[in-house]
Amino acid sequence: MKVKWWHVALVISLAVAFLSPLASASPDGLEKVAEDHEFIEQAQEAPFQIIADYLFPGIENEALATILAGIIGTLIIFGAVYGLARLLRLRKRQAE
Amino acid sequence: MHIPDGFLNIATVATTYAVSAGSIGFGLRQARKKLSEKHVPLMGIMAAFIFAAQMLNFPIVGGTSGHLIGAALAAILLGPWTAVLIMACVLIIQSLIFQDGGLLALGANIFNMGFIASFAGYYLYRFTTRLVGMSRRGKLIGSFIAAWGSVFLASIAAAIELWVSGILPIQVALPAMAGWHALIGIGEGLITVGVLRLVMATRRDLMELEKI
Repeated sequence: MKVKWWHVALVISLAVAFLSPLASASPDGLEKVAEDHEFIEQAQEAPFQIIADYLFPGIENEALATILAGIIGTLIIFGAVYGLARLLRLRKRQAE
Repeated sequence: MHIPDGFLNIATVATTYAVSAGSIGFGLRQARKKLSEKHVPLMGIMAAFIFAAQMLNFPIVGGTSGHLIGAALAAILLGPWTAVLIMACVLIIQSLIFQDGGLLALGANIFNMGFIASFAGYYLYRFTTRLVGMSRRGKLIGSFIAAWGSVFLASIAAAIELWVSGILPIQVALPAMAGWHALIGIGEGLITVGVLRLVMATRRDLMELEKI
């Protein structure tokens, strides 16, 4: 199989996900504002948790749990949006 | 800038859900009419990269961090409606699977980081490149300004939602949100320029796709 540009680009995206344990743990802009102005405690927990906080459940090593969550998420998102775009193309061809 | 549940009131939740649903519906129709074969893998890649890059919070001053939104990058390469669809998919999966951004706040998050950031980025890029020219340098200047502006305007939208929901007075919400995101936007600009430099160096043709 010939390697296409987007194969390389997907590998780059997965490599970025691999770096995710290096991310800053500081609050982001909105969280900072919510802490400074004391409405952070109004935030509600989600009614269910799947891979909450980008940590794959059941793995003690936090870096590994983060990388796994990142890899899974990157692949799911790629599949979902690639699939959606394929479907839209198909519908366009059928309409023509 | 993912808003959790508990911050927004019902009126804001309902309004932003309606606007976001409408813009996704319109975006889907536009994409179905105009999508070419070359758009398909780039849409998937753009979404995957945005998701991965959003995990990488970078530190800014004062014990605060920021992360890429990515809507301006997607809008510059693919056009604003396609960018809305990509951002909506990323935000829906982040909310459903990763509990990042509330389920009720999803409409607001898609409105801020999808709709506002995509259109702000797209039109700021077009406006700036019209002023400074479509040279390589002009495109990079345009993309920096587009990326910065997309974060800045998205944060203003979020500030207005917090105000309307009775969380903060507008004279507090606006400078606080816009102030931090004026800094975070610099990171957005640098990452966007970096990615576009890589695209220009390796696959220049991807810059020339029809913008949907």
